[in-house]
Amino acid sequence: MGRFHRHDDGTAHSHDDHPAGDHSHGHSHGPGDHSGYQTGPDRVEVLERIFDENDKTAAANRGSFAASGVCAVNLMSSPGAGKTTLLRETLQRMAGELRIGIIEGDIETSLDADRLAGFGAQIALINTGNGFGGECHLDAPMVGSALPRLALSDLDLVLIENVGNLVCPAEFDVGEHARAMVYAITEGEEKPLKYPVMFRSCDLVLVNKMDLLPYLGFDLDGFLANLRAVNPAAAVIQVSARTGEGVDAWCDWLRARLGEVR
Amino acid sequence: MRAGGDPVHELSLCGAIANIVTRHAAGRPVSVIHVQVGQLRQVVPDTLVFCWELVSDGTPLAGSRIDVEGVPARMRCRACGHVAEVGDLPVFACRDCGSIDAEVISGEEFMVTSLDLGAAPDGAVPDGAVPDGEANEGAST
Repeated sequence: MGRFHRHDDGTAHSHDDHPAGDHSHGHSHGPGDHSGYQTGPDRVEVLERIFDENDKTAAANRGSFAASGVCAVNLMSSPGAGKTTLLRETLQRMAGELRIGIIEGDIETSLDADRLAGFGAQIALINTGNGFGGECHLDAPMVGSALPRLALSDLDLVLIENVGNLVCPAEFDVGEHARAMVYAITEGEEKPLKYPVMFRSCDLVLVNKMDLLPYLGFDLDGFLANLRAVNPAAAVIQVSARTGEGVDAWCDWLRARLGEVR
Repeated sequence: MRAGGDPVHELSLCGAIANIVTRHAAGRPVSVIHVQVGQLRQVVPDTLVFCWELVSDGTPLAGSRIDVEGVPARMRCRACGHVAEVGDLPVFACRDCGSIDAEVISGEEFMVTSLDLGAAPDGAVPDGAVPDGEANEGAST
């Protein structure tokens, strides 16, 4: 078998023997190392964004939502911040008013989806545990794969419950119209400074577990100052998914996002 | 900027990098993949390099390595025009006038900028080639 070459000028050939004076091709080549050949430096300019592939699929997802007049909201948080409890409260309040679909990202189980059943919402579960490297976030192809399991034309709102993680989900556009994150006051005031990409990526921060405020030494003003430093534009709603405090304001925010899409 | 112990997304990002590199290499051997990573991307260079070994192993890109060029985050104040590096503390207010109306002008890059072609330094010896003893000790196909 010969060695295949393709040169920068587009020509390609293969050969077995090396002419006298040419060196062996068995070792590393630096730029300009091709002494026996008339080629330019062996560097190919690429300049391609690594998220392009994901973002193209995200745009297609967004198009699918828009074509059905559906508003999609990507809901993110660390594990245990209260996304699923908040969604349950949301469904209780809005299920009779809006037709809601849920895309549920979970690493291995259907536990969260089970907690949301029974409210009349369409639920599409994505278990990310089997995907190659997809254990920590939803990406646009995963969300796209869930769309055929939702009758979008029969929906008004799709809530995408991302995998609980403050790092990876922030990097992936999944085709949502707005991003909200659930932050629990049990997580500490400094979280916006530690996870600025997540906090910067959000249109809304729901400050959850406010019912625990009397029992924690939580510095709410300090947290809000940290959030403002990282993301001055984010809306903030203080909620307790457990007691229902503030959940109506969150529902109003969702209605407003739907109004922007339609 | 990232706490230890979090799950990593570098593996799936390496999958996306492999697709880009394979397309641009068009069958030619690749030794180095130059990647720009902005400071505001939550991509850990060492993790990316390690994951690349896992992802490229057993593929035609085995033995190639990723070279990461970090890009500092910079912002421009819309109120006074002052340009400054964001620095280690992610505070996005103008360092000069204090306005919070500032735009990020760099630091969000994440791209494959170029490829160095040629056999990987520690990679396989291609068919028909004879190691010349300079750089191929321990190489195998």
